Amino acid sequence: MVAADEPGTNGQWPLWEVFLQPSGGAPFEHAGSVHAVDAESALQNARDVYTRRGEGVNLWVVPSAAIVASAPSDAGPFFDPGNDKPYRHPQFYTSPRGVRV
Amino acid sequence: MAADSAAAERAFDARIAAGETIEPKDWMPERYRKQLIRMMSQHAHSEIVGMLPEGNWITRAPTLQRKVGLLAKVQDEAGHGLYIYCGTETLGVDRTELVDQLLSGKAKYASIFNYPTLSWADIGTIGWFVDGAAIVNQTMLAKASYGPYARAMVRICKEENFHKRQGFEIIATLAAGTPEQRRMAQDAVNRWWWPSLMMFGPNDKDSPNSAELTKWGVKRKGNDELRQRFVNLTVAHAKAIDLVLPDPDLRYNAETGNWDFGTIDWAEFDRVIHGEGPLNRERLAARNKAHDEGAWVRAAASAYAAKHAPESASRAA
Ligand SMILES: [Fe+2]
Ligand SMILES: [Fe+2]
Repeated sequence: MVAADEPGTNGQWPLWEVFLQPSGGAPFEHAGSVHAVDAESALQNARDVYTRRGEGVNLWVVPSAAIVASAPSDAGPFFDPGNDKPYRHPQFYTSPRGVRV
Repeated sequence: MAADSAAAERAFDARIAAGETIEPKDWMPERYRKQLIRMMSQHAHSEIVGMLPEGNWITRAPTLQRKVGLLAKVQDEAGHGLYIYCGTETLGVDRTELVDQLLSGKAKYASIFNYPTLSWADIGTIGWFVDGAAIVNQTMLAKASYGPYARAMVRICKEENFHKRQGFEIIATLAAGTPEQRRMAQDAVNRWWWPSLMMFGPNDKDSPNSAELTKWGVKRKGNDELRQRFVNLTVAHAKAIDLVLPDPDLRYNAETGNWDFGTIDWAEFDRVIHGEGPLNRERLAARNKAHDEGAWVRAAASAYAAKHAPESASRAA
């Protein structure tokens, strides 16, 4: 069961987030959103709204309510663990003079 | 609590000053949210109402090529409306609510769309002037501090060039045609020039909203600067096709490098914005009619979805 099957508030159709793959092999990127009654029509609406000029080769539509996002207010502490580990970067390591590694 | 929100506001101002982009879930002053909802929804409404003057000519386009071009342009404008409505929704407002405001006449939209499209030359002139002015404005807004608005503008700007070029080609073709076609082209230019200049909004000194939006980095340039940029660009186009912009005061200022222009009739602007333009009532009636006539399509889609709900739920699971 997904949230998009539930009727929206005040009669509005559910909201879907649209992700677009610009070309084969490229990562999917968020394009925007559409309202639609179901997944199939969300996909069709997304095609009409976001790919009128071949902007993509693949589309994902995801019920907006299904997206879980990090909170901007704790962006600092949340991403912190990545910042204090310099040994994850190649610059942390030295190699003998004259050797290109 | 008051100290808290003052601190939050200072932090927000600092982010704006640093050129950071504000995203939907970020803390923002209520006033920033309100002003953005107002500005973005008016922008979205303008895209939607903007389809009406041109839609009026789809069945009367002079050739099949012109017809498919115009159809594609009008479809783009519907898309623009949807991009911006969806951007506005990220601020916590419902699209239904915004659409209701438009249909009830409560919301404002660009006053230019309350003027009539009397001949085919008007379609060319709209692409050239109105989409041209929109490009100047939207290129600036593509750097707006609110991420979803800026991203919608980037998408829109990519499409506007086609709008402008198809319009200019129409008007250039007429300008190079028979004397009657030239007269038609000049007449359209005469009628659309001043309303197009009004599209940029009041002079900066008379525009309190602008000052606030500039402070918050939503607008990066003033109305007057953008208007001047549009005039400078358009003078050269008019010269190239030998049409006259209807302003006896239009002259090059060697000192500033700008084309000085005459005084805009702001009383007319006020009248049209407040519902007394030539076609305000017709536009609203046409929009309501289209919405009402689409009711069965929405009902059918809902009924179809309800009927197939168990099936699509099991597919999604
Ligand atoms: Fe547009
Ligand atoms: Fe346009």
